[in-house]
Amino acid sequence: MTHRRWFTPWLLAGPALIWLAVFNLWPAANTVILSFTNAKPLGGGRFTGLDNYQRAFSDDQLADALLNSVIYLLICLPLLTVLPLLLALLVQRRLPGITFFRTAFYTPVVASAVVVALIWGWALNDRGLINGVLRQTGLADSPVPFLTDRWLLLLSAIALTTWKGLGYYMVIYLSALANVGRELHEAAAVDGAGALRRFLHVTLPGVRPTMVLVSVLISVSSLRVFSELYVLSNGTGGPGGRDMSVVMLIQMYSRGFTGHLGYASALSLLLFLITLGPMLLLTRLNRKAA
Amino acid sequence: MRRSRGSNTPRSRSFNTPSPAETALRYLLLLFVLLLVVGPFLWQLSTSLKGPTEDVWSATPHFLPDHPTVDNYLKVADTIPVWTYAANSLVVAGIAIFGNVVGCTLAGYALAKLRFRGVRLVFGLLLATLVLPGEATVVSQYVTVRSLGLADTLTGVALPGALSMLNVLLMRTAFAAVPPELEQAALVDGANVRQRLWHIGLPNVRGMLSVIVIFTFIGAWDDFLWPLIVLNDPQKYTLTVGLQYLNGTFSANPRLIAAGTMIAFLPIVVVFAVCQRFFFKGVEEGAVKG
Repeated sequence: MTHRRWFTPWLLAGPALIWLAVFNLWPAANTVILSFTNAKPLGGGRFTGLDNYQRAFSDDQLADALLNSVIYLLICLPLLTVLPLLLALLVQRRLPGITFFRTAFYTPVVASAVVVALIWGWALNDRGLINGVLRQTGLADSPVPFLTDRWLLLLSAIALTTWKGLGYYMVIYLSALANVGRELHEAAAVDGAGALRRFLHVTLPGVRPTMVLVSVLISVSSLRVFSELYVLSNGTGGPGGRDMSVVMLIQMYSRGFTGHLGYASALSLLLFLITLGPMLLLTRLNRKAA
Repeated sequence: MRRSRGSNTPRSRSFNTPSPAETALRYLLLLFVLLLVVGPFLWQLSTSLKGPTEDVWSATPHFLPDHPTVDNYLKVADTIPVWTYAANSLVVAGIAIFGNVVGCTLAGYALAKLRFRGVRLVFGLLLATLVLPGEATVVSQYVTVRSLGLADTLTGVALPGALSMLNVLLMRTAFAAVPPELEQAALVDGANVRQRLWHIGLPNVRGMLSVIVIFTFIGAWDDFLWPLIVLNDPQKYTLTVGLQYLNGTFSANPRLIAAGTMIAFLPIVVVFAVCQRFFFKGVEEGAVKG
Protein backbone atom coordinates (compact mmCIF):
# COMPACT_ATOMS: atom_id res chain seq x y z
CA MET A 1 0.00 0.00 0.00
CA THR A 2 1.09 3.56 -0.51
CA HIS A 3 1.85 6.08 2.12
CA ARG A 4 2.59 9.74 1.57
CA ARG A 5 5.56 10.25 3.86
CA TRP A 6 8.59 7.97 3.61
CA PHE A 7 8.98 7.72 7.38
CA THR A 8 5.42 6.58 8.13
CA PRO A 9 6.34 2.86 8.29
CA TRP A 10 9.32 3.62 10.52
CA LEU A 11 7.11 5.67 12.79
CA LEU A 12 4.65 2.80 13.15
CA ALA A 13 7.31 0.14 13.59
CA GLY A 14 9.44 2.47 15.73
CA PRO A 15 8.50 1.26 19.22
CA ALA A 16 8.81 -2.38 18.15
CA LEU A 17 12.23 -1.69 16.63
CA ILE A 18 13.41 -0.03 19.83
CA TRP A 19 12.25 -3.06 21.83
CA LEU A 20 13.83 -5.39 19.29
CA ALA A 21 17.16 -3.61 19.71
CA VAL A 22 17.15 -2.86 23.45
CA PHE A 23 15.41 -5.93 24.88
CA ASN A 24 16.22 -8.64 22.33
CA LEU A 25 19.27 -8.08 20.15
CA TRP A 26 21.41 -6.20 22.68
CA PRO A 27 20.82 -8.68 25.54
CA ALA A 28 21.71 -11.53 23.20
CA ALA A 29 24.99 -9.85 22.25
CA ASN A 30 25.64 -8.68 25.78
CA THR A 31 25.26 -12.22 27.12
CA VAL A 32 28.24 -13.23 25.00
CA ILE A 33 30.24 -10.16 26.09
CA LEU A 34 29.43 -10.60 29.79
CA SER A 35 30.37 -14.25 29.70
CA PHE A 36 34.01 -13.18 29.24
CA THR A 37 33.96 -10.86 32.27
CA ASN A 38 33.74 -11.13 36.05
CA ALA A 39 30.72 -8.80 36.30
CA LYS A 40 28.98 -8.98 39.69
CA PRO A 41 25.47 -7.87 40.65
CA LEU A 42 27.12 -5.08 42.64
CA GLY A 43 29.58 -3.83 40.04
CA GLY A 44 32.79 -5.17 38.54
CA GLY A 45 33.15 -6.34 34.97
CA ARG A 46 36.78 -6.83 34.07
CA PHE A 47 37.63 -8.96 31.05
CA THR A 48 38.71 -12.37 32.31
CA GLY A 49 38.99 -14.38 29.13
CA LEU A 50 37.78 -17.95 29.29
CA ASP A 51 37.74 -18.13 33.11
CA ASN A 52 33.96 -18.58 33.30
CA TYR A 53 34.01 -21.41 30.79
CA GLN A 54 36.85 -23.14 32.62
CA ARG A 55 34.88 -22.80 35.81
CA ALA A 56 31.83 -24.34 34.13
CA PHE A 57 33.86 -27.40 33.14
CA SER A 58 34.73 -28.19 36.72
CA ASP A 59 31.39 -27.18 38.26
CA ASP A 60 29.85 -30.22 39.94
CA GLN A 61 26.55 -28.43 40.44
CA LEU A 62 26.34 -27.75 36.72
CA ALA A 63 27.07 -31.42 36.00
CA ASP A 64 24.20 -32.33 38.33
CA ALA A 65 21.94 -29.78 36.64
CA LEU A 66 22.73 -31.19 33.20
CA LEU A 67 22.08 -34.72 34.42
CA ASN A 68 18.77 -33.54 35.87
CA SER A 69 17.87 -32.01 32.51
CA VAL A 70 18.61 -35.25 30.70
CA ILE A 71 16.44 -37.22 33.14
CA TYR A 72 13.71 -34.59 32.86
CA LEU A 73 13.78 -34.88 29.10
CA LEU A 74 13.86 -38.68 29.00
CA ILE A 75 10.75 -38.97 31.19
CA CYS A 76 8.75 -35.97 29.98
CA LEU A 77 9.28 -36.64 26.30
CA PRO A 78 7.40 -39.96 25.96
CA LEU A 79 4.72 -39.03 28.52
CA LEU A 80 3.88 -35.64 27.08
CA THR A 81 4.04 -36.82 23.48
CA VAL A 82 1.52 -39.65 24.02
CA LEU A 83 -0.84 -38.69 26.88
CA PRO A 84 -2.01 -35.35 25.42
CA LEU A 85 -2.76 -37.07 22.10
CA LEU A 86 -5.01 -39.57 23.87
CA LEU A 87 -6.60 -36.70 25.77
CA ALA A 88 -7.21 -34.82 22.52
CA LEU A 89 -8.91 -37.88 21.03
CA LEU A 90 -11.09 -38.03 24.15
CA VAL A 91 -12.28 -34.41 23.93
CA GLN A 92 -12.41 -34.29 20.13
CA ARG A 93 -15.89 -35.69 19.80
CA ARG A 94 -18.61 -33.12 20.27
CA LEU A 95 -20.48 -34.50 23.25
CA PRO A 96 -22.74 -32.23 25.33
CA GLY A 97 -20.59 -30.28 27.79
CA ILE A 98 -17.34 -30.98 25.96
CA THR A 99 -16.37 -27.29 25.95
CA PHE A 100 -16.46 -27.35 29.74
CA PHE A 101 -14.13 -30.35 29.83
CA ARG A 102 -11.72 -28.80 27.32
CA THR A 103 -11.56 -25.57 29.28
CA ALA A 104 -11.15 -27.42 32.57
CA PHE A 105 -8.32 -29.55 31.19
CA TYR A 106 -6.53 -26.38 30.18
CA THR A 107 -6.67 -24.72 33.65
CA PRO A 108 -3.32 -26.10 34.90
CA VAL A 109 -1.72 -24.47 31.85
CA VAL A 110 -2.99 -20.98 32.62
CA ALA A 111 -2.26 -21.29 36.33
CA SER A 112 1.12 -19.99 37.44
CA ALA A 113 3.77 -22.66 37.97
CA VAL A 114 4.24 -21.17 41.43
CA VAL A 115 0.59 -21.77 42.35
CA VAL A 116 0.70 -25.30 40.98
CA ALA A 117 3.97 -26.10 42.75
CA LEU A 118 2.67 -24.74 46.06
CA ILE A 119 -0.42 -26.95 45.82
CA TRP A 120 1.57 -30.06 44.94
CA GLY A 121 4.31 -29.21 47.41
CA TRP A 122 1.72 -29.31 50.15
CA ALA A 123 0.20 -32.56 48.89
CA LEU A 124 3.66 -34.19 48.71
CA ASN A 125 4.74 -32.93 52.12
CA ASP A 126 5.64 -35.46 54.86
CA ARG A 127 2.27 -34.81 56.49
CA GLY A 128 0.50 -34.11 53.20
CA LEU A 129 -2.41 -35.80 51.51
CA ILE A 130 -0.41 -38.23 49.39
CA ASN A 131 1.66 -39.52 52.30
CA GLY A 132 -1.51 -39.74 54.36
CA VAL A 133 -3.19 -41.91 51.76
CA LEU A 134 -0.09 -44.06 51.41
CA ARG A 135 -0.01 -44.66 55.14
CA GLN A 136 -3.73 -45.36 55.46
CA THR A 137 -3.67 -47.89 52.67
CA GLY A 138 -0.60 -49.48 54.25
CA LEU A 139 1.60 -48.85 51.23
CA ALA A 140 4.14 -46.98 53.34
CA ASP A 141 4.97 -47.18 57.04
CA SER A 142 6.92 -43.97 57.26
CA PRO A 143 6.43 -40.80 55.19
CA VAL A 144 7.92 -41.00 51.69
CA PRO A 145 10.43 -38.11 51.40
CA PHE A 146 9.05 -36.75 48.13
CA LEU A 147 10.53 -33.29 48.73
CA THR A 148 13.70 -34.08 50.65
CA ASP A 149 15.23 -36.95 48.70
CA ARG A 150 17.53 -36.01 45.83
CA TRP A 151 15.86 -38.30 43.27
CA LEU A 152 12.29 -38.21 44.56
CA LEU A 153 12.30 -34.42 44.46
CA LEU A 154 13.38 -34.50 40.83
CA LEU A 155 10.70 -37.06 40.00
CA SER A 156 8.08 -34.98 41.83
CA ALA A 157 9.02 -31.95 39.74
CA ILE A 158 8.84 -34.06 36.59
CA ALA A 159 5.38 -35.31 37.55
CA LEU A 160 4.29 -31.75 38.15
CA THR A 161 5.61 -30.52 34.80
CA THR A 162 3.87 -33.40 33.06
CA TRP A 163 0.58 -32.74 34.85
CA LYS A 164 0.76 -29.02 34.04
CA GLY A 165 1.67 -29.62 30.39
CA LEU A 166 -1.09 -32.10 29.49
CA GLY A 167 -3.63 -29.44 28.50
CA TYR A 168 -1.15 -27.39 26.52
CA TYR A 169 -0.15 -30.18 24.17
CA MET A 170 -3.73 -31.49 24.10
CA VAL A 171 -4.80 -28.24 22.46
CA ILE A 172 -2.02 -28.46 19.88
CA TYR A 173 -3.10 -32.03 19.03
CA LEU A 174 -6.75 -31.00 18.96
CA SER A 175 -5.90 -28.40 16.36
CA ALA A 176 -3.98 -30.98 14.33
CA LEU A 177 -6.79 -33.54 14.55
CA ALA A 178 -9.17 -30.96 13.12
CA ASN A 179 -7.06 -31.09 9.98
CA VAL A 180 -6.93 -34.88 9.68
CA GLY A 181 -9.28 -35.83 6.87
CA ARG A 182 -12.61 -37.08 8.15
CA GLU A 183 -13.29 -38.69 4.82
CA LEU A 184 -10.32 -41.00 5.29
CA HIS A 185 -11.72 -42.08 8.64
CA GLU A 186 -15.11 -42.82 7.15
CA ALA A 187 -13.64 -44.69 4.23
CA ALA A 188 -11.59 -46.83 6.58
CA ALA A 189 -14.65 -47.46 8.74
CA VAL A 190 -16.68 -48.53 5.72
CA ASP A 191 -13.89 -50.91 4.78
CA GLY A 192 -14.35 -52.50 8.18
CA ALA A 193 -11.34 -51.10 10.00
CA GLY A 194 -11.80 -51.11 13.77
CA ALA A 195 -11.12 -48.17 16.03
CA LEU A 196 -7.59 -49.30 16.83
CA ARG A 197 -6.65 -49.85 13.20
CA ARG A 198 -8.16 -46.51 12.22
CA PHE A 199 -6.07 -44.88 14.96
CA LEU A 200 -2.88 -46.59 13.80
CA HIS A 201 -3.35 -46.13 10.07
CA VAL A 202 -5.31 -42.89 9.74
CA THR A 203 -4.96 -40.75 12.84
CA LEU A 204 -1.35 -41.46 13.67
CA PRO A 205 0.10 -40.71 10.22
CA GLY A 206 -2.11 -37.61 10.10
CA VAL A 207 -0.69 -36.14 13.30
CA ARG A 208 2.90 -37.32 12.84
CA PRO A 209 4.25 -33.85 11.90
CA THR A 210 2.54 -32.45 14.99
CA MET A 211 4.08 -35.19 17.13
CA VAL A 212 7.51 -34.11 15.92
CA LEU A 213 6.74 -30.49 16.70
CA VAL A 214 5.35 -31.38 20.12
CA SER A 215 8.37 -33.46 21.05
CA VAL A 216 10.67 -30.59 20.11
CA LEU A 217 8.61 -28.20 22.23
CA ILE A 218 8.76 -30.65 25.14
CA SER A 219 12.51 -31.08 24.79
CA VAL A 220 13.15 -27.36 24.78
CA SER A 221 10.83 -26.68 27.71
CA SER A 222 12.25 -29.48 29.85
CA LEU A 223 15.67 -27.85 29.42
CA ARG A 224 14.17 -24.53 30.57
CA VAL A 225 12.54 -25.81 33.78
CA PHE A 226 12.75 -23.44 36.71
CA SER A 227 9.68 -22.65 38.85
CA GLU A 228 8.71 -26.23 39.71
CA LEU A 229 12.13 -27.13 41.08
CA TYR A 230 12.57 -23.77 42.76
CA VAL A 231 9.25 -23.81 44.62
CA LEU A 232 9.21 -27.52 45.50
CA SER A 233 12.70 -27.19 47.02
CA ASN A 234 11.85 -23.80 48.53
CA GLY A 235 14.66 -22.18 46.58
CA THR A 236 17.34 -24.45 47.99
CA GLY A 237 17.71 -26.82 45.06
CA GLY A 238 17.11 -29.86 47.23
CA PRO A 239 19.56 -31.74 49.44
CA GLY A 240 23.06 -30.39 48.80
CA GLY A 241 21.68 -28.18 46.02
CA ARG A 242 21.79 -31.17 43.70
CA ASP A 243 18.25 -30.75 42.35
CA MET A 244 18.93 -27.66 40.32
CA SER A 245 18.27 -26.97 36.68
CA VAL A 246 20.56 -24.84 34.53
CA VAL A 247 18.05 -21.99 34.79
CA MET A 248 18.08 -22.28 38.58
CA LEU A 249 21.86 -21.90 38.54
CA ILE A 250 21.51 -18.84 36.30
CA GLN A 251 19.04 -17.33 38.76
CA MET A 252 21.26 -18.17 41.72
CA TYR A 253 24.31 -16.47 40.20
CA SER A 254 22.39 -13.38 39.12
CA ARG A 255 21.61 -12.19 42.63
CA GLY A 256 23.13 -11.00 45.85
CA PHE A 257 26.62 -10.79 47.24
CA THR A 258 27.67 -14.21 46.02
CA GLY A 259 26.30 -13.50 42.55
CA HIS A 260 28.44 -13.64 39.43
CA LEU A 261 26.78 -12.18 36.33
CA GLY A 262 29.70 -13.19 34.14
CA TYR A 263 29.40 -16.83 35.09
CA ALA A 264 25.60 -16.65 34.86
CA SER A 265 26.01 -15.34 31.31
CA ALA A 266 28.30 -18.21 30.37
CA LEU A 267 25.62 -20.59 31.69
CA SER A 268 22.98 -18.69 29.69
CA LEU A 269 24.98 -19.16 26.52
CA LEU A 270 25.31 -22.84 27.33
CA LEU A 271 21.54 -23.07 27.88
CA PHE A 272 20.92 -21.40 24.52
CA LEU A 273 23.24 -23.82 22.72
CA ILE A 274 21.56 -26.84 24.33
CA THR A 275 18.05 -25.69 23.37
CA LEU A 276 19.28 -25.09 19.83
CA GLY A 277 19.80 -28.85 19.41
CA PRO A 278 16.12 -29.89 19.34
CA MET A 279 15.22 -26.90 17.18
CA LEU A 280 17.85 -27.71 14.57
CA LEU A 281 16.61 -31.29 14.58
CA LEU A 282 13.11 -30.00 13.84
CA THR A 283 14.18 -27.91 10.83
CA ARG A 284 16.18 -30.87 9.56
CA LEU A 285 13.15 -33.19 9.87
CA ASN A 286 10.83 -30.62 8.30
CA ARG A 287 13.14 -30.21 5.34
CA LYS A 288 13.27 -33.95 4.88
CA ALA A 289 9.48 -34.17 4.97
CA ALA A 290 9.17 -31.39 2.39
CA MET B 1 -14.42 -30.14 15.20
CA ARG B 2 -15.53 -30.35 11.65
CA ARG B 3 -17.86 -33.24 12.37
CA SER B 4 -20.46 -30.52 12.04
CA ARG B 5 -24.20 -30.47 11.72
CA GLY B 6 -23.67 -29.65 8.04
CA SER B 7 -23.00 -33.15 6.76
CA ASN B 8 -26.29 -34.89 7.29
CA THR B 9 -26.03 -37.85 4.99
CA PRO B 10 -27.33 -40.97 6.74
CA ARG B 11 -23.96 -42.67 6.57
CA SER B 12 -22.05 -39.88 8.23
CA ARG B 13 -24.68 -39.67 10.91
CA SER B 14 -24.35 -43.32 11.77
CA PHE B 15 -20.58 -42.90 11.73
CA ASN B 16 -20.90 -39.91 13.99
CA THR B 17 -23.29 -41.19 16.56
CA PRO B 18 -21.47 -43.25 19.15
CA SER B 19 -23.18 -46.15 20.85
CA PRO B 20 -24.59 -45.43 24.33
CA ALA B 21 -21.91 -47.65 25.82
CA GLU B 22 -19.16 -45.68 24.11
CA THR B 23 -20.68 -42.39 25.22
CA ALA B 24 -20.87 -43.61 28.80
CA LEU B 25 -17.26 -44.77 28.70
CA ARG B 26 -16.18 -41.43 27.29
CA TYR B 27 -17.93 -39.50 30.04
CA LEU B 28 -16.44 -41.81 32.65
CA LEU B 29 -12.95 -41.12 31.31
CA LEU B 30 -13.67 -37.39 31.05
CA LEU B 31 -14.77 -37.28 34.68
CA PHE B 32 -11.70 -39.24 35.76
CA VAL B 33 -9.36 -36.79 34.04
CA LEU B 34 -11.41 -33.89 35.40
CA LEU B 35 -10.87 -35.16 38.93
CA LEU B 36 -7.16 -35.52 38.30
CA VAL B 37 -6.75 -32.09 36.74
CA VAL B 38 -9.18 -29.86 38.64
CA GLY B 39 -9.27 -31.80 41.92
CA PRO B 40 -6.08 -30.27 43.38
CA PHE B 41 -7.36 -26.74 42.74
CA LEU B 42 -10.75 -27.46 44.32
CA TRP B 43 -9.08 -29.08 47.28
CA GLN B 44 -6.89 -26.00 47.74
CA LEU B 45 -9.96 -23.77 47.48
CA SER B 46 -11.67 -25.85 50.14
CA THR B 47 -8.63 -25.67 52.42
CA SER B 48 -8.54 -21.91 52.07
CA LEU B 49 -12.10 -21.78 53.43
CA LYS B 50 -11.53 -24.06 56.41
CA GLY B 51 -11.53 -22.67 59.93
CA PRO B 52 -8.66 -23.05 62.41
CA THR B 53 -10.38 -25.91 64.25
CA GLU B 54 -10.66 -28.08 61.18
CA ASP B 55 -7.95 -30.61 60.46
CA VAL B 56 -6.39 -29.94 57.08
CA TRP B 57 -3.64 -32.54 57.43
CA SER B 58 -5.50 -35.78 58.07
CA ALA B 59 -5.28 -38.54 55.54
CA THR B 60 -8.99 -38.53 54.88
CA PRO B 61 -9.71 -34.84 54.89
CA HIS B 62 -13.22 -33.57 54.64
CA PHE B 63 -13.51 -32.26 51.18
CA LEU B 64 -16.05 -29.61 52.11
CA PRO B 65 -15.26 -27.24 54.95
CA ASP B 66 -17.46 -27.81 58.00
CA HIS B 67 -17.42 -24.16 58.97
CA PRO B 68 -16.64 -22.19 55.80
CA THR B 69 -14.90 -18.92 56.58
CA VAL B 70 -13.11 -16.18 54.67
CA ASP B 71 -10.91 -15.47 57.69
CA ASN B 72 -7.85 -16.94 55.99
CA TYR B 73 -8.11 -14.38 53.19
CA LEU B 74 -8.08 -11.59 55.75
CA LYS B 75 -5.35 -13.18 57.83
CA VAL B 76 -2.99 -13.79 54.93
CA ALA B 77 -2.97 -10.00 54.46
CA ASP B 78 -1.65 -9.65 58.02
CA THR B 79 1.27 -11.93 57.20
CA ILE B 80 2.25 -10.60 53.79
CA PRO B 81 0.85 -7.53 51.99
CA VAL B 82 -1.00 -9.80 49.60
CA TRP B 83 -3.31 -7.13 48.18
CA THR B 84 -0.33 -4.88 47.44
CA TYR B 85 1.23 -7.83 45.64
CA ALA B 86 -1.95 -8.35 43.64
CA ALA B 87 -1.97 -4.65 42.74
CA ASN B 88 1.70 -4.90 41.72
CA SER B 89 0.94 -7.86 39.47
CA LEU B 90 -1.95 -5.92 38.00
CA VAL B 91 0.28 -2.91 37.27
CA VAL B 92 2.83 -5.12 35.51
CA ALA B 93 0.10 -6.89 33.51
CA GLY B 94 -1.51 -3.54 32.65
CA ILE B 95 1.71 -2.08 31.26
CA ALA B 96 2.37 -5.27 29.30
CA ILE B 97 -1.12 -5.33 27.78
CA PHE B 98 -1.02 -1.64 26.83
CA GLY B 99 2.41 -1.94 25.24
CA ASN B 100 1.62 -5.08 23.32
CA VAL B 101 -1.75 -3.90 22.03
CA VAL B 102 -0.45 -0.55 20.79
CA GLY B 103 3.10 -1.43 19.79
CA CYS B 104 2.34 -4.75 18.10
CA THR B 105 -0.68 -3.39 16.24
CA LEU B 106 1.28 -0.50 14.76
CA ALA B 107 4.34 -2.57 13.88
CA GLY B 108 2.29 -5.52 12.62
CA TYR B 109 0.36 -3.22 10.31
CA ALA B 110 3.50 -1.56 8.96
CA LEU B 111 5.16 -4.92 8.30
CA ALA B 112 2.11 -6.45 6.65
CA LYS B 113 0.67 -3.56 4.65
CA LEU B 114 3.30 -0.90 3.98
CA ARG B 115 6.21 -1.32 1.63
CA PHE B 116 9.51 0.10 2.81
CA ARG B 117 13.21 -0.60 2.54
CA GLY B 118 14.51 -2.96 5.17
CA VAL B 119 11.18 -4.65 5.83
CA ARG B 120 12.65 -8.06 5.10
CA LEU B 121 15.63 -7.50 7.37
CA VAL B 122 13.31 -6.47 10.21
CA PHE B 123 11.14 -9.53 9.60
CA GLY B 124 14.18 -11.80 9.65
CA LEU B 125 15.44 -10.31 12.91
CA LEU B 126 12.01 -10.73 14.49
CA LEU B 127 11.97 -14.40 13.52
CA ALA B 128 15.49 -14.88 14.85
CA THR B 129 14.48 -13.67 18.31
CA LEU B 130 12.06 -16.61 18.58
CA VAL B 131 14.82 -19.22 18.94
CA LEU B 132 16.22 -17.38 21.93
CA PRO B 133 14.76 -18.80 25.15
CA GLY B 134 13.80 -16.01 27.54
CA GLU B 135 15.69 -17.73 30.36
CA ALA B 136 18.93 -17.40 28.41
CA THR B 137 18.76 -13.61 28.39
CA VAL B 138 17.46 -12.82 31.89
CA VAL B 139 20.95 -11.99 33.11
CA SER B 140 21.85 -9.47 30.43
CA GLN B 141 18.24 -8.26 30.47
CA TYR B 142 18.77 -7.52 34.16
CA VAL B 143 22.00 -5.66 33.38
CA THR B 144 20.11 -3.55 30.81
CA VAL B 145 17.26 -2.77 33.20
CA ARG B 146 19.73 -1.91 35.93
CA SER B 147 21.64 0.49 33.70
CA LEU B 148 18.33 2.18 32.87
CA GLY B 149 17.98 2.78 36.61
CA LEU B 150 14.98 0.46 36.82
CA ALA B 151 16.33 -2.36 39.01
CA ASP B 152 13.94 -3.18 41.86
CA THR B 153 11.02 -1.33 40.23
CA LEU B 154 7.77 -2.59 38.75
CA THR B 155 8.52 -0.66 35.56
CA GLY B 156 11.68 -2.70 35.29
CA VAL B 157 9.66 -5.88 35.63
CA ALA B 158 7.11 -4.81 33.01
CA LEU B 159 9.30 -3.10 30.42
CA PRO B 160 11.10 -5.95 28.58
CA GLY B 161 7.83 -7.84 28.00
CA ALA B 162 5.84 -4.72 27.13
CA LEU B 163 6.35 -5.34 23.42
CA SER B 164 6.82 -8.95 22.50
CA MET B 165 8.36 -9.85 19.16
CA LEU B 166 6.16 -12.93 18.89
CA ASN B 167 3.08 -10.72 19.17
CA VAL B 168 4.41 -8.39 16.45
CA LEU B 169 4.68 -11.41 14.17
CA LEU B 170 1.18 -12.59 15.13
CA MET B 171 -0.30 -9.17 14.35
CA ARG B 172 1.60 -9.08 11.08
CA THR B 173 0.01 -12.42 10.13
CA ALA B 174 -3.43 -11.15 11.14
CA PHE B 175 -3.12 -7.96 9.09
CA ALA B 176 -1.72 -9.86 6.12
CA ALA B 177 -4.92 -11.95 6.06
CA VAL B 178 -7.09 -8.85 5.55
CA PRO B 179 -8.04 -8.78 1.83
CA PRO B 180 -6.10 -6.03 0.05
CA GLU B 181 -9.22 -5.08 -1.97
CA LEU B 182 -10.72 -3.52 1.16
CA GLU B 183 -7.79 -1.16 1.51
CA GLN B 184 -7.59 -0.42 -2.18
CA ALA B 185 -11.18 0.82 -2.08
CA ALA B 186 -10.38 3.06 0.85
CA LEU B 187 -7.26 4.28 -0.92
CA VAL B 188 -9.34 5.33 -3.91
CA ASP B 189 -11.48 7.32 -1.52
CA GLY B 190 -8.33 9.09 -0.36
CA ALA B 191 -7.95 7.46 3.05
CA ASN B 192 -4.54 7.90 4.65
CA VAL B 193 -2.58 5.30 6.62
CA ARG B 194 -4.10 6.22 9.95
CA GLN B 195 -7.67 6.00 8.61
CA ARG B 196 -6.99 2.69 6.85
CA LEU B 197 -5.44 1.17 9.96
CA TRP B 198 -8.23 2.40 12.21
CA HIS B 199 -11.29 1.74 10.02
CA ILE B 200 -10.25 -1.24 7.91
CA GLY B 201 -7.33 -2.98 9.57
CA LEU B 202 -8.34 -3.00 13.23
CA PRO B 203 -11.93 -4.27 12.87
CA ASN B 204 -10.55 -7.28 11.00
CA VAL B 205 -7.91 -8.30 13.54
CA ARG B 206 -9.96 -8.11 16.73
CA GLY B 207 -9.79 -11.87 17.21
CA MET B 208 -6.01 -11.95 17.22
CA LEU B 209 -5.88 -8.87 19.40
CA SER B 210 -8.08 -10.48 22.04
CA VAL B 211 -5.91 -13.60 22.06
CA ILE B 212 -2.85 -11.39 22.56
CA VAL B 213 -4.55 -9.53 25.43
CA ILE B 214 -5.52 -12.78 27.20
CA PHE B 215 -2.12 -14.39 26.90
CA THR B 216 -0.21 -11.23 27.75
CA PHE B 217 -2.26 -10.96 30.93
CA ILE B 218 -1.72 -14.61 31.82
CA GLY B 219 1.99 -14.43 31.01
CA ALA B 220 2.60 -11.29 33.07
CA TRP B 221 0.45 -12.43 35.99
CA ASP B 222 2.07 -15.88 36.17
CA ASP B 223 5.69 -14.88 35.55
CA PHE B 224 8.10 -15.83 38.33
CA LEU B 225 11.75 -15.97 37.25
CA TRP B 226 12.02 -12.42 35.90
CA PRO B 227 10.37 -10.53 38.80
CA LEU B 228 12.35 -12.75 41.18
CA ILE B 229 15.57 -11.45 39.62
CA VAL B 230 14.57 -7.79 39.29
CA LEU B 231 12.88 -7.20 42.65
CA ASN B 232 14.55 -7.01 46.07
CA ASP B 233 12.18 -4.91 48.15
CA PRO B 234 9.44 -7.18 49.63
CA GLN B 235 6.96 -4.30 49.30
CA LYS B 236 7.35 -4.41 45.52
CA TYR B 237 6.94 -8.14 45.00
CA THR B 238 4.46 -9.42 42.48
CA LEU B 239 2.03 -12.13 43.58
CA THR B 240 4.07 -15.13 42.45
CA VAL B 241 7.24 -13.90 44.17
CA GLY B 242 5.25 -12.92 47.24
CA LEU B 243 3.65 -16.36 47.46
CA GLN B 244 7.00 -18.11 47.34
CA TYR B 245 8.16 -15.69 50.05
CA LEU B 246 5.11 -16.60 52.15
CA ASN B 247 5.78 -20.29 51.62
CA GLY B 248 9.38 -19.90 52.68
CA THR B 249 8.65 -17.90 55.77
CA PHE B 250 5.42 -19.20 57.23
CA SER B 251 4.97 -22.71 55.95
CA ALA B 252 3.23 -23.67 59.19
CA ASN B 253 -0.30 -22.67 58.25
CA PRO B 254 -1.44 -24.28 55.00
CA ARG B 255 -4.79 -22.45 55.19
CA LEU B 256 -3.05 -19.12 54.67
CA ILE B 257 -0.94 -20.42 51.82
CA ALA B 258 -4.07 -21.89 50.29
CA ALA B 259 -5.80 -18.51 50.52
CA GLY B 260 -2.75 -16.86 48.93
CA THR B 261 -2.63 -19.31 46.03
CA MET B 262 -6.34 -18.78 45.41
CA ILE B 263 -5.85 -15.01 45.23
CA ALA B 264 -3.26 -15.67 42.52
CA PHE B 265 -5.23 -18.40 40.78
CA LEU B 266 -8.86 -17.25 40.69
CA PRO B 267 -8.41 -14.08 38.54
CA ILE B 268 -6.63 -16.17 35.90
CA VAL B 269 -9.42 -18.74 35.87
CA VAL B 270 -12.09 -16.06 35.57
CA VAL B 271 -10.26 -14.31 32.72
CA PHE B 272 -9.69 -17.58 30.90
CA ALA B 273 -13.22 -18.89 31.45
CA VAL B 274 -14.70 -15.66 30.09
CA CYS B 275 -12.38 -15.55 27.08
CA GLN B 276 -11.99 -19.26 26.28
CA ARG B 277 -14.38 -19.16 23.30
CA PHE B 278 -11.96 -16.88 21.38
CA PHE B 279 -9.22 -19.34 22.10
CA PHE B 280 -10.99 -22.61 21.30
CA LYS B 281 -12.57 -21.13 18.17
CA GLY B 282 -9.09 -20.73 16.75
CA VAL B 283 -8.23 -24.27 17.83
CA GLU B 284 -11.25 -25.76 16.08
CA GLU B 285 -10.33 -24.02 12.89
CA GLY B 286 -6.96 -25.72 13.12
CA ALA B 287 -5.28 -22.37 13.58
CA VAL B 288 -3.12 -23.12 16.60
CA LYS B 289 0.03 -24.70 15.35
CA GLY B 290 2.03 -24.35 18.54
